[in-house]
Amino acid sequence: MNLALAFDPMFRVPMMLGLVFAVLLPLFGAWLRLRNEWLAALGYTHIAAAGALASGFLHWPVLLTALVAAGIAAVIKGLSRRPGNDMYAAMTVAGWAFAMLIAANSHHGEVLGQTLLRGQLYFAEASQLWLALGVGVGALALLPWLKRRLLVQRFFPDQQSANQKPSWTHETALGLIAVVLLVLATTALGAMAAFALVFVPPWVAFRLCSSWRRAVGFATIAGVIAYVVAFLLAIGLDQPLGPMLAAIVLLLAPLRLLGRVL
Amino acid sequence: MQQQSLITVENLVAGYTGPVVGPVSFVIHAGEVVGLNGANGIGKSTILAAITGTAKCFGGTITRAPGLRIAHHRQLAIRPDELPVQGAELAEVVGADMGACPEWLQAQLERPVDELSGGQYQFLQTWLCLAGPADLILLDEPSNNLDHQGIELLTGLLHNLGPERSVVLVSHETDFLAANCARIVEVEQ
Repeated sequence: MNLALAFDPMFRVPMMLGLVFAVLLPLFGAWLRLRNEWLAALGYTHIAAAGALASGFLHWPVLLTALVAAGIAAVIKGLSRRPGNDMYAAMTVAGWAFAMLIAANSHHGEVLGQTLLRGQLYFAEASQLWLALGVGVGALALLPWLKRRLLVQRFFPDQQSANQKPSWTHETALGLIAVVLLVLATTALGAMAAFALVFVPPWVAFRLCSSWRRAVGFATIAGVIAYVVAFLLAIGLDQPLGPMLAAIVLLLAPLRLLGRVL
Repeated sequence: MQQQSLITVENLVAGYTGPVVGPVSFVIHAGEVVGLNGANGIGKSTILAAITGTAKCFGGTITRAPGLRIAHHRQLAIRPDELPVQGAELAEVVGADMGACPEWLQAQLERPVDELSGGQYQFLQTWLCLAGPADLILLDEPSNNLDHQGIELLTGLLHNLGPERSVVLVSHETDFLAANCARIVEVEQ
């Protein structure tokens, strides 16, 4: 295993880009889980993948097409006014079906499909890193505003409407953050690795932690540790990062057996 | 001196896909606890839902005082299965007055809500509504799941609301309503 390669300047941008997602995806995954909408990650990554594959037919840039597709899905979800995971399950099925059909009918689609499945972090460019950092800073800046509204809505669902205030503002804000982060993460880490970072660390944190602050903190730190380990192993063993990251993140799951220890 | 009215309900007919209850009329003044009484299924919760905007008004009007702040505790608040949020964290986000927290509840505030019993969770939610900044608090069957001690504590809170705040209390327990309400509005078919 050649770990020295992981510290090669060539891998600095990819390493940092993955690190940005390793912080942001578990953190916002905890908020999605609070709303019982953890399947959002899988739904949006599949729609983003289908959108990216459609870029070949539309002759649009991959990232833009993926963002447009996921954005349309987010608007439909918002208009449906259905909380929970139903709509995200439908998105997953639809995204998978379209992605597979497009991939099967074009060489470009087949290659891109494999890339989106496994991720292509090693080929990340500085522009992707700056974009992810910009989105991350914006999302974190919104968090204090979102925090109060999302927590109150979870426990007192009528609070906003009772006071004649709209709830679509914070719901849309969280949805948009999730969409943009997941589209960017899907094109860099791959669909399943992005989903794993959104789902597993908060899933474990909700079992281990006895306060919201600790749960969000644990999910974020666990995501970062899992990512660093996966990155070193993937580089050292010459393996694709996406599957390695998903596997390492999943190793956190047995921690749930410990119960409330934090 | 005329009492300030926080909310005026006039000939309200409310429901969801169709009318469920009404017409019903009442006025809530600042500083009073008003009960809504009636048989199960008569539509008492639907009246509260119409005030909070989650049920449809098919007729009549609901007039609010300008800037009125409302808190609503739903009937049968379901305790989440696995959710590491402490009562103290919720108290912070709803802006609850911790000085008004009963000693018994203080010990529960550091526990995640998914570890509370049904009665403890019910009381916590009711207290969060009462200790927050709302002017009008809508409580739907708040005595459900509460033991004798819980009902006594709740009664104490309702009797120490202050002159500016009001409660609309829905309960099928006539003794509980009689012990806590200045007036009782009978909801009939």
